[in-house]
Amino acid sequence: MNIISETVKAMTGYNIHIVKTDKYKTNTIVWKMKAPLRKEEATLRALLPYVLQSSNKEFPTTGTLRSYLDELYGASLYVDLAKKGEFHIISFSLEMANEKFLSDPTPLLKKAIEFLAGLLMKPNADESAFHKETVANEKRTLKQRIQSVYDDKMRYSNYRLIQEMCKEEPYSLHVHGDMDAVDSITPEILYDYYQNALKQDELDLYIIGDVSEEEVFGVVSEQLQFSERTPKIIHSSNYVSKNNVHEVIEEQEVKQGKLNIGYRTNIKYGDEDYYALQIFNGVFGGFSHSKLFLNVREKASLAYYVTSRLESHKGLMMVMSGIDNKNYDQAIQIINEQMDAMKRGDFTEEEMEQTKAVIKNQLLETIDTSRGMVEILYHNVVSKKDISLDEWMEKMDLVTKKDIIAVANKIHLDTVYFLTGKGDTK
Amino acid sequence: MEKIIFDQLQEELYYEKLNNGLDVYILPKHGFNKTYATFTTKYGSIDNHFLPPGKEDFVKVPDGIAHFLEHKLFEKEDGDVFQQFSKQGASANAFTSFTRTAYLFSSTSNVEKNLETLIDFVQAPYFTEKTVEKEKGIIGQEITMYDDNPDWRLYFGLIQNMYKNHPVKIDIAGTIESISHITKDMLYECYKTFYHPSNMLLFIVGPVNQDQMMKMVRDNQDRKDYKELPEIKRKFEEEPVAVAEKKLVLEMNVQTSKCLVGIKAPNANQSGKEMLKKELSLNVMLDILFGKSSDHYSSLYNEGLIDETFSFDYTEEKGFGFAMVGGDTSDPDRLADTIKRILLEAKGTISDESLERTKKKKIGAFLRAVNSPEYIANQFTRYAFNDMDLFEVVPTLEGITIADIERAADELISEEQFTVCLVVPKK
Repeated sequence: MNIISETVKAMTGYNIHIVKTDKYKTNTIVWKMKAPLRKEEATLRALLPYVLQSSNKEFPTTGTLRSYLDELYGASLYVDLAKKGEFHIISFSLEMANEKFLSDPTPLLKKAIEFLAGLLMKPNADESAFHKETVANEKRTLKQRIQSVYDDKMRYSNYRLIQEMCKEEPYSLHVHGDMDAVDSITPEILYDYYQNALKQDELDLYIIGDVSEEEVFGVVSEQLQFSERTPKIIHSSNYVSKNNVHEVIEEQEVKQGKLNIGYRTNIKYGDEDYYALQIFNGVFGGFSHSKLFLNVREKASLAYYVTSRLESHKGLMMVMSGIDNKNYDQAIQIINEQMDAMKRGDFTEEEMEQTKAVIKNQLLETIDTSRGMVEILYHNVVSKKDISLDEWMEKMDLVTKKDIIAVANKIHLDTVYFLTGKGDTK
Repeated sequence: MEKIIFDQLQEELYYEKLNNGLDVYILPKHGFNKTYATFTTKYGSIDNHFLPPGKEDFVKVPDGIAHFLEHKLFEKEDGDVFQQFSKQGASANAFTSFTRTAYLFSSTSNVEKNLETLIDFVQAPYFTEKTVEKEKGIIGQEITMYDDNPDWRLYFGLIQNMYKNHPVKIDIAGTIESISHITKDMLYECYKTFYHPSNMLLFIVGPVNQDQMMKMVRDNQDRKDYKELPEIKRKFEEEPVAVAEKKLVLEMNVQTSKCLVGIKAPNANQSGKEMLKKELSLNVMLDILFGKSSDHYSSLYNEGLIDETFSFDYTEEKGFGFAMVGGDTSDPDRLADTIKRILLEAKGTISDESLERTKKKKIGAFLRAVNSPEYIANQFTRYAFNDMDLFEVVPTLEGITIADIERAADELISEEQFTVCLVVPKK
């Protein structure tokens, strides 16, 4: 069985990944640029894709560039930044109609590949600097993007947990960089940075849809060529394990307290016990059948949402919940009890089977969307592994109760962060 | 069972109205792993004043009760239904809007079993005083979560500005105070009024066999004894054309200001083709005026008045409708004035070229959307409840003329129908 049939081919300076499928009415292109997370570069990297997507040589204004995309039957273009472990990843995504569903036979995929090449290879710049006003505009928007994290208290408290927990590690950097570093960026500095990124980043191109591989290889190899490189490998930073749980309580004017708890799992994607960790997370807190949901929400009525999730490339697990400020101690106590139950093996075969079924379902559902498929495949690029989805699911099936208990006992509580309303802490 | 073919989209839709009045639609989508099904009642937060079956007098129920009922339907005597779905490898959920309550699951295995679970749990209410009380704590936290969310407050503040009497102005979840009055008997009364199969629609999309699925649903419904229900009677007070309030400023714990301009639709009593054409025409107009390829977008962006959160939309349901334009901004008052001016001066500025370009864009966006089983099931249901057909979107779009847009705009854009809501940092 092969659930996803991915063709990977080395091109000049990058790899192309093609997944041929006829289930969509559109074709999708995703371009990924990966580099280690570094304090000095994070803000430059956060600004770069927004500058590149706003205009280029051929379309020197956002208006002309977007009009062209509208003409291609509303091809969508968006950029995105992510942290995967200690890598900072830029993505450009384009999705366009498959012309077989249109009365107009314009070859949209080919045009979209050419368009992407134009964004990357012919930016709106002279020999040494990006277009000045574009950079100024995007700097302003970047500042707003960084600032807006504060206004969404769920995102804010999640970010603050990571900041406190990973203080000494690059992972604490925000995906959109640092407010204080924005002003000093000039069109020259950013352009220099881009030239370096093009030489050094690890580059991957994904194309998903009802496409002809031969045709795609032809267009792509003609349009996109970079220098050969050896992508950097990073050694995950060693963190100093804390003796005591780090507790941070922050006061702000909020009606609902936000409780975020960080654990070190010490297990990463591709490790032998990664599959058991996934089942652990599902039994513990990942779903609406999990212990956290049942005990914090259904039994104690303390919360509307309470959930746990994994950061698979960094080896973290985070619990998050919104609770009444006065219920802090009770919520922590219930959550700790659930963790203890997991460590003792106080969970049933049925809970395990339920979780396996739900995770399998989740994985299969994820690959029903082209973007989801790319994210699943990209795990292997980040981790330098080669695990097929079939293997992933088979290994999950083999997980035993003993494996989960072993995993539970590797996990330890690192930091508790609580954002609470003013004047009524605890 | 009726078969409807969409040539250009290469899709086939199957439909049957069952004996008890339930509308069932099945859209086979092969190549997909997941099956997605929604079971929806035409009952939402606005349906708070109605005549219960067999009663003489209209009743008014507490704000937030439709949403409360949605939560409580998941709980049964032997535990909650989420457990059963996950044992069967499915993930289940529900949502309540102004006009609908939808229950849904998605799964890649045990599809028939999951479908049976979905139908059976929605059709077997179990409410007790104890479980109703317990839920008040959970929903109370849901309400406080939204209270802290500036985008939600902005959106709802704008709707409250628009409507004087119409219950669309009531927050879908109610307030902590309003839900405190909810009892199990009230839930049963709402349930009996609105959850009859003749007021509901089942939509199934995924790699399924339509004959087998339809038979399963038919057999399931034939086993249950539903008496014919007289037409549901809802009551709405008269709503003036003008907005209730022109401006609302909310001070919140935020760093960035937000601005949303609203226009209240004066004649939201259409349905079917007329409504579809109007809704699409106005959305095309907003896209031409404010989309990323428009001159206005560029100048607003270059002036620093908007960022990527800027958005716009026109939506209509029976009895209410509105356009909304706005987003995060450094100068909320100036952005509000500028948006308003652009709209008031829009007439005569729309070119054929921009219309054709925007139609293409919308057609592409529709193809992208129908990759998503969730989109198909949810939107199809919304359209069907308003006697519209989701699969008429592309042909209707193709037929839109500048005259259609100007007619719809003339009706919508008028000084007294404008209102503004702002969120600003607390001093």
